Amino acid sequence: MARSSPNIILLVVMLFMRGAKVPGLNFSLGATVLPSVLGMGIAFGGMLTLAQYLMVEREDGTLLRAKAIPNGMTGYLVGKIVLASGWTLLGLLLQLIPGLIFFNQVGVNGVGGWLVLVAVIVVGLVATLPLGAILGSLFSNPRNMGLVMFPIMGLIGVSGIFYPITQLPVWLQWIGQIFPIYWLGLGMRSALLPGQLAAVEIGHSWRQPETLGMLLLWAVIGLVVAPMVLRRMARRESGSSVAARREKAMQRVG
Amino acid sequence: MRSAGQVSVLGQDPASGGEAWRARLGIVLQSWRDHGKWKVRELLAHLGEYYVPYSTARDPRPWDPDELVATVGLTEHANKKVGQLSGGQRRRLDVAIGIVGRPELLFLDEPTVGFDPEARREFHDLVHRLADGDHTTILLTTHDLDEAEKLADRILILAGGKVIANGSPDELTRQMSGEAEIRWTRDGQRFVHTSTESTRYVRELFQQYGDKIGDLEVRRASLEDTYMAMVQQFETGQTSGTAATFAEAAR
Repeated sequence: MARSSPNIILLVVMLFMRGAKVPGLNFSLGATVLPSVLGMGIAFGGMLTLAQYLMVEREDGTLLRAKAIPNGMTGYLVGKIVLASGWTLLGLLLQLIPGLIFFNQVGVNGVGGWLVLVAVIVVGLVATLPLGAILGSLFSNPRNMGLVMFPIMGLIGVSGIFYPITQLPVWLQWIGQIFPIYWLGLGMRSALLPGQLAAVEIGHSWRQPETLGMLLLWAVIGLVVAPMVLRRMARRESGSSVAARREKAMQRVG
Repeated sequence: MRSAGQVSVLGQDPASGGEAWRARLGIVLQSWRDHGKWKVRELLAHLGEYYVPYSTARDPRPWDPDELVATVGLTEHANKKVGQLSGGQRRRLDVAIGIVGRPELLFLDEPTVGFDPEARREFHDLVHRLADGDHTTILLTTHDLDEAEKLADRILILAGGKVIANGSPDELTRQMSGEAEIRWTRDGQRFVHTSTESTRYVRELFQQYGDKIGDLEVRRASLEDTYMAMVQQFETGQTSGTAATFAEAAR
């Protein structure tokens, strides 16, 4: 449950934002934030959950155990991917269901809307999980999680999650559009908000083909790079490296 | 990944060993903390599944989980969570995980560090059973020379990163000091004599004094004495200090 509490906090914040309006439109800002936050949730769940598992379980020896067992690494990764996806979906539902009840302006736009919603979730997870594996492999110390969180928080700021991206300077808009967080938010908005809201987006459009394209691009990059990084990490895992990390962790506590 | 040199484990370089090769190995390191939320039997059954494709007629893999739990003496804790086990129980579970695939070669890294005497004895019995029952080679490292003497068929002593001795416990003691200490009493008086030819010395002693000899004791140097002597010899023969010296025992 602790894992889902940020989702609930965000939901409460959005409820308080109901009164605020989207600039230039008579539409609740809270209602537009909900789909964006759902998109952000996929990015978070995909990247951070998996990264965190890899960092923590590398320290306690779970990964080394997996390495000692035939096909153990593959089994371990499949398990963690399923688990991270499950947590992400659970968090998503915890926001989506109350959101659909409280914000009557938010709704799935028919069969097409459902298809878009499912597509964004699936492609989003495929795009972000490999990135999580890469992050988790590169940072060996769970206490360095802050280093990972910091740039991601910055990215959220320029990804149009809590405020329309068109209100930002153009160069920041470009940075935001490089990363999947923006596209996940946009994809979710296109599935859950009325068509008129596209007016505050870049190009006054939901840009669904571009969304799909960018997310698939990230998926391809991730799926190519992640196995290489994971293999390198697994190769370097050894009894002495686990012992050294434990030693370091003990020093910090003591 | 090795830092230098060449390694061959079951005929393969560990860096390029495949999954089938991995299935023939068992590894037990010091103080593992993983899988704390799993139940003992569940974890063994789950990890055993990975070995099914590598089962052979000679080595049916994996070991049946219930049998395995009994072998390491954890039957009454089979449904406990791994995180709730005591140190000794946890280590026995680690051994169980190490042997769940019926390995041909089992590595034990200082398996009895921090054990109380009872746990240590139980663990030694377990190692004896493993070594006697199956065709499993066990390689264990230890700082405890009594343990090495008790368990090992062949002992390698490492000092400063080099093998300085190699042989059975008996060979090592013989090789190092052919001398034995002979103690006896005669007419209420105690005598001590050190000789390289202890058997002949004792025979001569009896020829000379016959029934007057009592409390006879012939003591060869223990492995610990041998070890100390070897390490000392090594250190004096070498200018640079040896930071880490440890004994490695192979069974």
